[in-house]
Amino acid sequence: MRMIDVADITQNIKEMCIEANHFLTEDMDHVLKRATEEERAPLGRQILCQLQENLKIAGEDMIPICQDTGMAVIFMEVGQDVHFEGGLLEEAVNEGVRQGYTEGYLRKSVVDDPILRKNTGDNTPAVIHYEMVSGDQVRITVAPKGFGSENMSRVFMLKPADGIEGVKKAILTAVKDAGPNACPPMVVGVGIGGTFEKCALMAKKALTRPVDQRSEIPYVRELEEEMLAQINRTGIGPGGLGGTTTALAVNVNTYPTHIAGLPVAVNICCHVNRHAVRVL
Amino acid sequence: MERHIQAPVSRGEISGLKAGDYVYITGTIYTARDAAHKRMQETLNAGDPLPLKMQDNIIYYMGPSPAREGRPIGSAGPTTASRMDKYAPALLDLGLIGMIGKGKRSESVKQAIVRNGAVYFAAVGGAGALLSRSIRKSEVIAYEDLGTEAIRRLEVENFPVIVVIDPEGNDLYETAGAEYCDLG
Repeated sequence: MRMIDVADITQNIKEMCIEANHFLTEDMDHVLKRATEEERAPLGRQILCQLQENLKIAGEDMIPICQDTGMAVIFMEVGQDVHFEGGLLEEAVNEGVRQGYTEGYLRKSVVDDPILRKNTGDNTPAVIHYEMVSGDQVRITVAPKGFGSENMSRVFMLKPADGIEGVKKAILTAVKDAGPNACPPMVVGVGIGGTFEKCALMAKKALTRPVDQRSEIPYVRELEEEMLAQINRTGIGPGGLGGTTTALAVNVNTYPTHIAGLPVAVNICCHVNRHAVRVL
Repeated sequence: MERHIQAPVSRGEISGLKAGDYVYITGTIYTARDAAHKRMQETLNAGDPLPLKMQDNIIYYMGPSPAREGRPIGSAGPTTASRMDKYAPALLDLGLIGMIGKGKRSESVKQAIVRNGAVYFAAVGGAGALLSRSIRKSEVIAYEDLGTEAIRRLEVENFPVIVVIDPEGNDLYETAGAEYCDLG
């Protein structure tokens, strides 16, 4: 049994909220640079250059990459030999978000009720997903999610007979409908299988996988590569203003499902695909 | 084509803008997004005056992140314009001349743009740090309780935008991708 003080959780989450909103991971930097070199449209290239300049300014001047600093989505993978002390874990996580968004000059974008809509003033609560894993460590992923792209995300409850072609059509439909609204070039997270909520969660988690890392399942890997190529032939382009860079990656996760179903979720993220990961 | 305009701006000055033009805006513009639009609509419904005059003004669909000490504003990029589609035609009919946002607009907004000789610009989404450098001054002028969604008056200098829907109703989003579309 390993004891972890929840104050450590708060401190780390606070730092990770600030870090994720000012710096993209290296794989995202890389793929944006490559896209800038390969983009065929002049205006598209100009926009991709501006996005790189934007990242530079964000890091140097400590201004958030995007003003929509997101709703904080947090994955907590907790080793089952860990015991938390010093308070409630959920409160500690939200306290980290509160401190990060307040002290880090991040935008408070959360309202207390979906209909009454009063801003909570500190960007809490976070959306927290817990997973019990083996070992005595805690792996935390903080993924602030902006809603320009979140609003364009979809769940499709396909039939088994729709098969892989149905999945491809669903992904392409979501991306085309998203178009300029989702701040392309996008990163596309896809969850296939499970249940209604499981596929959505897989799609969200797929966005946190490095964009240069393909699935280990051969047909899924092929699907990721084929869909990326197809999406980049839609013409949507950077900013939706035309070009050959509409997506930077398609990350697909799968899970067993029911004999009667083929759930597919497409979680779209803009080019500001933010996440910070730490292992305690 | 590259153009410079001074805001507020007259209908005559923007009548020549074409979808695809790259425009630098200098002068005074105003921010408003979801909650401020809802409140302005309620104000209009009640027959009360709006907190800013629409005539010849440009509204930027934007809610900034907080400013650090010594800076006018935080990150300040555009939000998705379609969420304001329900409210925009009434404001255009009151004289609003331009909107800055990102993403597609509805048919009724396009019609209101053409009817009033107005314009819809896009700023680059997700480039809020870069765009903040073109904002010299920011002041909340109404709805302070809405936080980031309050109405702000911005003084901007060479604020970069692209004409998406021009006063004739041409829509860049509908035409720009065609050249690069290769899906058969």
